[in-house]
Amino acid sequence: MATEITVGIAGAAGDGLDRTGDTLARTAARLGLHVYTYNSYQSLIRGGHTWLRLRLSEEKVDNHGDHLGVVVALNQDGIERHAREVEAGGAIIFNGARFHCDPVLVPRGVALVPMPVPELTAKLGKLLPVMQNTAALGALLHLIGFDLEVTAEILIETFKKKGPEIIDQNIGVLRAGYEYAARTFPALGLPWNFSRKRRPVVTGNLMMALGAVAGGCKFYSAYPMSPASFILHWLAAHSEKCGVVVKQAEDELAVVNLAIGAGHAGARSMCATSGGGFALMTEAIGMAAMIETPVVVVNVQRGGPSTGLPTKSEQGDLNQAVGASQGDFPRVIIAPRDATDCFHSTVEALNLAETFQLPVILISDLLLGEHRSTIDPEAISGGVTIERGEWVTVLSPDEAMNGGYKRYALTPSGISPRARPGRPGMMHVSGTDDHDEKGILISDEHTNPAIRRKMHEKRMRKMDGVRARLQPPVLEGPAQAEVTLVGWGSTWSVIHEAAEQLNAAGIATNQLHFKYMHPFHGAEARKILDGCKRTVMVENNFTGQFARHLRAESGFAVDHLLNRYDGEPFEPAYIVERVRALLEGRAPDLQVAEHEAREMAYHHIRIHMHDKARPARLQPVAESEYGEPLWVVELVGRDDGRAEGMLLIGRDTGSMYGWHPEVPGMIRDAAPGAFETSLGLQPGADRPASRARDERAH
Amino acid sequence: MATAELKLKDLDGPVDPDWCPGCGDFGVLKSIKEALLELHIPPHEVLIVSGIGCSSNLPGFIRAYGVHSLHGRAVPVATGAALANHALHVIAVGGDGDGYGIGMAHFIHAMRRNLNLTYIVMDNEIYGLTTGQASPTTTEGHKTKSTPRGNVEKPVQPLALALASGATYVARGFSGEQKQLTKLVAGAIAHHGFSLIDVFSPCVTFNKINTYPFFKERVYKLEDEKGYDPTDLMAAMGKSLEFGARIPIGLLYRTEKATYEDTEPVLSRGPLVDQPLGLDERTLAELLAETM
Repeated sequence: MATEITVGIAGAAGDGLDRTGDTLARTAARLGLHVYTYNSYQSLIRGGHTWLRLRLSEEKVDNHGDHLGVVVALNQDGIERHAREVEAGGAIIFNGARFHCDPVLVPRGVALVPMPVPELTAKLGKLLPVMQNTAALGALLHLIGFDLEVTAEILIETFKKKGPEIIDQNIGVLRAGYEYAARTFPALGLPWNFSRKRRPVVTGNLMMALGAVAGGCKFYSAYPMSPASFILHWLAAHSEKCGVVVKQAEDELAVVNLAIGAGHAGARSMCATSGGGFALMTEAIGMAAMIETPVVVVNVQRGGPSTGLPTKSEQGDLNQAVGASQGDFPRVIIAPRDATDCFHSTVEALNLAETFQLPVILISDLLLGEHRSTIDPEAISGGVTIERGEWVTVLSPDEAMNGGYKRYALTPSGISPRARPGRPGMMHVSGTDDHDEKGILISDEHTNPAIRRKMHEKRMRKMDGVRARLQPPVLEGPAQAEVTLVGWGSTWSVIHEAAEQLNAAGIATNQLHFKYMHPFHGAEARKILDGCKRTVMVENNFTGQFARHLRAESGFAVDHLLNRYDGEPFEPAYIVERVRALLEGRAPDLQVAEHEAREMAYHHIRIHMHDKARPARLQPVAESEYGEPLWVVELVGRDDGRAEGMLLIGRDTGSMYGWHPEVPGMIRDAAPGAFETSLGLQPGADRPASRARDERAH
Repeated sequence: MATAELKLKDLDGPVDPDWCPGCGDFGVLKSIKEALLELHIPPHEVLIVSGIGCSSNLPGFIRAYGVHSLHGRAVPVATGAALANHALHVIAVGGDGDGYGIGMAHFIHAMRRNLNLTYIVMDNEIYGLTTGQASPTTTEGHKTKSTPRGNVEKPVQPLALALASGATYVARGFSGEQKQLTKLVAGAIAHHGFSLIDVFSPCVTFNKINTYPFFKERVYKLEDEKGYDPTDLMAAMGKSLEFGARIPIGLLYRTEKATYEDTEPVLSRGPLVDQPLGLDERTLAELLAETM
């Protein structure tokens, strides 16, 4: 077994959590470990609750896993929310001078590591409040058995520009934290084998930017939109070095039209956005197909609909990509599966766009775009093949005889060689109205159904050429399996790990993953899926958009949908538990789960109680005057543990029905049923879930 | 064929214009051709980008490279093309609905950037191709198919917007004053920076108010005005709002400023389309090292 641990860092935006996480990730990557980080954050600059998890492992990991070894809490709320999630053998680190951890929050076998930050750093001068992070990081390094000197080296590089004083202060605090922890607490005893092979720590967005540059992109336009903005930031910062013109425009309408204009003039071009911006781009995507101008459009999906969840992940825009713009036209849609694949897919997208003169949509998501992970540097290379497609530079004698250059020549492949504006002798107009081989419009006085038919067929024929170049899907895992997990895009790794867990538990499971959404390998998919025993589609959306697409393209309907749409990505155990339920015939339960009721209680506490309380105990109640079962959540003061009242949450609807400041005082001690009676509720056992959802695909 | 030998009809496109007889757009088309001849610009170095509407059909009627793009998007498509190959002469054309309605945001922002673009708007104060609805420049009180009780909205002031937004060459032409229009177009193409020419280009079919006689009675040429100085921004601003018994036509304003292209370091290496593509291994390794 590979040694691994997951560290969670909790705080508010502005607590310096990113920097601390980045330093830890780079430390691990320099020690030769693999890293995967997942940051659950919100759309704000200060405050809120941010929860960064780093999975550190000797093996390649591409999801944040199911475990939590250590919590580093940068504020009181971090302790409140996450202390109870730490597994036995782990630890909770925090600044003991500012925060406290109520023993009721600490699971058995978990060490409390309060750091006396002011005492430890008294000799180091006046410190910024964020320096508590560095002290905590020092303690963490000791606990998880990391090399202090590697982190120190990173801090020296980080603060190089701020001068020796700041460097000394940071290193001093780091060392003080490390040494105090080493004196006071035993390490967790992780048997690392550090290879010390240095690895880059990247994101899918970064890999798309790198892939764009390596793949010959010369023009990039964008309008700021989370979670795609990093591509703009990186390319803008590296524009001169990489020789790319980068233009922020007034809106996504301009963005995509700029990219198409540049593509038409002969510069390989790309733009990126998220779902809302993509919606604005769609008319122009149809234009690119009609005037046969290459363009690559990236959609880094976030939670929808509408403005939706700007900082949460979802795979909710497949329908939009497939249906973008009016009419039928050739388009390519590629959904890369991990960071390395983001690099290669972007190169491929640029090559396909120029070779086939059509729009290519790269569909990523917040999880893939923003999570950081290590890659093997040898997995990508600068010398990628750049295919520019067919170009005409001189007019053929035949064309010269026959009235000139045919921009939209009807060819067997559907590809008509392009002429770059500026070349003598090949003047033509590219029109969004349908047109003949020379580009003359056939929409007005020259309307011609026969030319229209052949021109339409020519454009669509390009899809055959694209399909022939794409790798069909491959079944991974045992050939014969009880369960086949089907997915697309960014969920490959988490599904892969879930399949491993199911196999280890004796449930033979394999995986069929799709990267090419359009054109689609319908026949190939059908052949594989017809041989599968029980198929489960795993998707981060509500309706099962890919399940529907698969059925439309292959005629195959999967047996079950396994969806998640709460804004959070899948974890392997989440998939495993639901697959087990399916196999055991348990109806999927959409009731508010206990941990969700706790989340809802924290929402109430934040909005109405200034974070001064915590949910102490959650009790299910089967019947209520509200016509549904409830969670009754007892809230107690964070400082004194005194009962504050009861929150009633509907388990079916999730409605927060009421707040009872009077606490019957019997929740801990009273006889069974007394508590319900005191609230005027019917005591009784849990009744079965009343609003189970039929998860079989229709 | 050397450019010097080209005649007007050598610039004819593959098909004849399908505009209504008497349409103001004929005059604009002719002026663009004359201006290109006057400036000795070979047609293959010209890219004309239009949107959608009667006037946006223009690229099909002239021998040059052209993109007949989407409604309202001529300016961003032209912008992308100009940034990709700044050796081209890029001219955006279209109507008032295209540029001042659906494309208004692009119009303003392109001028802020002072891109080296020429933008010619054939302004007929009406939607023609859709058979006569009120446009952004339709005058108050004008009864159209969409404003049967008379238009209640104030017309957009394109010249004032251009001056306020940083356009460096701002002019107004009239199809009925074709010689002057050719001079304005030639001046705009030769100008280093963003140039706007708003051209009164009467719609003889759907606009019975802003007709040739309407404009003939009102327009006067700025170059005939004693003491008018087209480098005086505030004077130009005053003229830009004049629309009544007297309407000025001619060059309102001109200034020299660095263009967007001048300030983009990557373009100092020559047109983007001629620059090398891709990354060598060493540069990639350097970029990856930033993350380690």
